[in-house]
Amino acid sequence: MTATVERPAASSATKAPPISDRVRHERRLGWMLSAPAVVVMLFVTAYPMLNALYLSLFSYRLTDPTHRKFVGLSNYWIVLKDSLWWKDVATTAIITGVTVVIELVIGLIFALVMHRIIFARRTVRTSMLLPYGAITVVSAFAWRYAFELDSGFVNKWFGLGTFDWFSHTWSALTVICLSEIWKTTPFVALLLLAGLAQVPDVLGEAASVDGATAWQRLRKVTLPNMKAAIMVAVLFRTLAAWAIFDNIFVMTGGSANTESLSFLTYRQSITRVAIGLGSALSVFLFASVVLIAVIFVKGFKVDLASVRSDR
Amino acid sequence: MGANRGAGAARRSCVCVGFTCLLLIAGCASGSAGSSSGPVTINWYVNPNSSGSYQKIVDNCVQQSNGQYKVALQVLPATADGQREQIVRRLAAGDGSMDVVTVDPPYTAELANAGWLRTFTPVQRTEILQNVLAAPTQTAVWQSNLVAAPWIANTQLLWYHKSVAKKAGVDPTSPTFTWDQMIDAAVKTGTKIEEQGARYEGYAVWVNAMILGAGGQVLVHNDLGKDATVALNTPAGRRAAAIIKRLASSKAADPSLATATEEIGRAAFESGAGGFMLNWPYVYSAMKADIKAGTLKTDFMSDLAWARYPRVDANIPSKPPIGGNNLVISKFSKHPDQDYQLIKCIVSPAMERIELLINGDPEANALVYKDPEVIKAVPMAALIQESIDAAGPRAITPFYGDVSGALQRTWQPPSAVNPNSTPKNSATLIHDVLEGRRLL
Repeated sequence: MTATVERPAASSATKAPPISDRVRHERRLGWMLSAPAVVVMLFVTAYPMLNALYLSLFSYRLTDPTHRKFVGLSNYWIVLKDSLWWKDVATTAIITGVTVVIELVIGLIFALVMHRIIFARRTVRTSMLLPYGAITVVSAFAWRYAFELDSGFVNKWFGLGTFDWFSHTWSALTVICLSEIWKTTPFVALLLLAGLAQVPDVLGEAASVDGATAWQRLRKVTLPNMKAAIMVAVLFRTLAAWAIFDNIFVMTGGSANTESLSFLTYRQSITRVAIGLGSALSVFLFASVVLIAVIFVKGFKVDLASVRSDR
Repeated sequence: MGANRGAGAARRSCVCVGFTCLLLIAGCASGSAGSSSGPVTINWYVNPNSSGSYQKIVDNCVQQSNGQYKVALQVLPATADGQREQIVRRLAAGDGSMDVVTVDPPYTAELANAGWLRTFTPVQRTEILQNVLAAPTQTAVWQSNLVAAPWIANTQLLWYHKSVAKKAGVDPTSPTFTWDQMIDAAVKTGTKIEEQGARYEGYAVWVNAMILGAGGQVLVHNDLGKDATVALNTPAGRRAAAIIKRLASSKAADPSLATATEEIGRAAFESGAGGFMLNWPYVYSAMKADIKAGTLKTDFMSDLAWARYPRVDANIPSKPPIGGNNLVISKFSKHPDQDYQLIKCIVSPAMERIELLINGDPEANALVYKDPEVIKAVPMAALIQESIDAAGPRAITPFYGDVSGALQRTWQPPSAVNPNSTPKNSATLIHDVLEGRRLL
């Protein structure tokens, strides 16, 4: 949010020292037009964040208001030395790693198909993007019902008898990941399609004149030229997968060791109404998201504007 | 010039938007305050229920009130955990639109401890508790005050197929029928025992009944709140764990035990795969409804039988689970007098009778079980009353959610329960969680 607000101001300050009346007026108009949105954003994001930071310093149970007391950073320490936190970090990392890699591979295949297809172009593109239109909770229920013992068809199709997918960690994580991959691969494909469109056809043609095979063209020409789009897709998906909640909530409710960090935070804040501990967890969750974003943007030099057509 | 005009227009539209917001807020505020004359509207938060019994009770009560109040039914989520979450969030926010609330007995103490419930006066207490059974009353009292009106007093019974019991050569109605005998019978007949083993409140109900049935307790000195003593790591706790382990690793366990809820168990029992089922009496009405709907064969009932919750050890009487619902008045309600009138009407024997006959839920008032029509419609009425009388409530503590969550985490999945470590680990976890030293 701050980045988008600051960017125009910073760039115009370095570019044009003498400011004309017109520019000044336009800038003022810009501020006035965006002011309501900025105020609302401050109110709905900055305030809750600061409040969570404040609340995380208390031992505070919503249903036990008389025993609220200031404990400093002890909630953070409780989180860090709890094995459950580290177990859920591992679970979340596994889900994130597996889904992002698979989504990227399938997404690239989808993007190539959508890019190259000649016949029934619109139909194919639409049908590939369809799962992305499904609400995550709906998709989670659909996959749950497919794999469930009493209503599911998967066990019948594959002759698995009475295997209960949701009572074992790995099988439950598999279904959770499948649902996540099914739903969000189209998003990756869409971002990669935008990247593909930016690779000039002449590069591929030149490479094939030089005798490059299709695989070589993809690896040496197409992929390096769409690196920015790939990194943006990976960043967005990593951030979203790191915060995974809906699928787990619907499918296992966190049982069979399938709990993610968001779910752990939910359980402390909403179920236990342990506001202090829950706030400390959400601060950690927020910090980890920021860390991931910083690693990508600074470390891999991802330019978030590169997938926009105006750059 | 153009920019100027634009800015002016923006300012004007800003003012317009702001003004509209103010109007909306003012409208909401005046809308919820209600008018002083005419009947007040009581929002009664109820569990989802498609039988129509609540509406019928409400219609009767509104008619009896002579225009004192109207009632709007507000539906809570379907699961016990979900219901509690919504109630806690609304009351924590001081929601003035929440008047009368249906609450699960184990969460009554929590809401009362937070200071969100209106305490009943001594006169009201006498009126409400007339002929109410002892176990439900226990769950409605916090620190010697009556903070809720016991209404539905659910209890679990053992349901079984007569043919299965006969084939196995057991008599589940025998007073000393045990879990071990039941497991053997199911294994012998190739049927399953349907029990709630998913990670949710229903599983905590089972674990609690096993510990109490073995002569133990989860917590003692509950009135100390956070500082209550965890009494789980005892021979009784280990005995309870041994039976859960035995069932979960035997052929008598339903394959979906680790994810099974009441309805999943009922479906398996109706299909014939389940030979025995531990479940609430609502299943009896539900089975009758399924027969009426044509999804269950008509002669199903002739093979159906019921008995008291089985014993853990033959020499200790079982402590069947007690559930049900209490009715509470929110401290934030603007018309507590009318709320009390409504509650008094809902828990009256006449209305409880309607609830039992339409919905199949057992009630807290003993008079209901003497009603000839009830005895005719609910053949197991006497057994239900006996079961409620003998029932063992879940720990009455403001931190029941923590106790239950810690039990669910350490005892789930049932097949991983270990008599040597599970009671010990769960006792440690409950203690640490109550102290706020561990995540859950």
